[in-house]
Amino acid sequence: MSKLSIAVTKHDHIQGNPDAACSLVEYGDYECPACGEVQTIIKRLQAHFGSQMSFVFRNFPLREIHPWAQPAAEVAEFAGSRGRFWEMHDLLFENQESLDDGLFEALILKLDLSGSDLKRARSSDMTKKRIDADFAGGIRSGVNGTPSFFLNGERYDGPTDQESLAALMEQVLISDGD
Amino acid sequence: MPILTAGTKAPNFSLHVTPDQKLSLSELRGKPVVLAFYPADWSPICGDELSVFNEILPELRTYDAELVAISVDGAWCHDAFAKHKHLHFPLLSDFEPKGLTARAYGAYREADGVCERALFVLDKDGLITWSYCSPVAVNPGADGILKALEELPK
Repeated sequence: MSKLSIAVTKHDHIQGNPDAACSLVEYGDYECPACGEVQTIIKRLQAHFGSQMSFVFRNFPLREIHPWAQPAAEVAEFAGSRGRFWEMHDLLFENQESLDDGLFEALILKLDLSGSDLKRARSSDMTKKRIDADFAGGIRSGVNGTPSFFLNGERYDGPTDQESLAALMEQVLISDGD
Repeated sequence: MPILTAGTKAPNFSLHVTPDQKLSLSELRGKPVVLAFYPADWSPICGDELSVFNEILPELRTYDAELVAISVDGAWCHDAFAKHKHLHFPLLSDFEPKGLTARAYGAYREADGVCERALFVLDKDGLITWSYCSPVAVNPGADGILKALEELPK
């Protein structure tokens, strides 16, 4: 069974209580339809488990089959450098069928990332390095497609519907005596 | 028969890589080789698995390693699948006699008539140094391959 080789740290994009008993890490791609679909499920899990879970998103753009995945990841990371990662992340997934420069410009404007433009967002070495590091760490952890999930560091190979994920998380919480 | 394990000489093969060209394992001697047997072109898990392998080609190059994937699909089917997924490594057809190469590696599923989801890493002399057979419904990812390449003597 593959394990998460890069531990979750404060440098991750993390939602929820970092010390929660359930840590869910997703490796995802903004152009991947299955990653778009799973967004709703994650939000429902977060609503259900509250402070018992944390959620981390890491980049795994499949560049060869999804030409807009890398640019979208760059835009999300750029927004992240301005403290607006999750808003951009959600907007990109909500609009994943129309990813292009026009959309990115509109979203940068919408989030009012003042003084920035798309060119600047996409030319940042820091964001590119972060995406490459996410990807390389994902490969080393056995990420095998998108979305890939790790629950408390173990790769989850089961179905990604809400019931299956929730059942597994309940189990983890019970075995933790939480 | 279980899949061949580390320490075994990798059986040679000569399979169609395009409708009019064949590739033999012996042609790759001198370089580490990654052999990825997989059940079927166009199936969702195989597509994901090969797309991930496709993305690690730059890293494989740092080990001077060659990746070839093998299934029982025909060369024209491979051609269409590789174009669809933008794959930049060869897909070999273990098509006639069907599964002959997969059988030699212990990586043939008799009951289903397809290859196992099995990975082999060969050193530059054609010796198997690592092998792994994944449950057919589980995509193994690429971490095992990279670890095995890392452990090859420089």
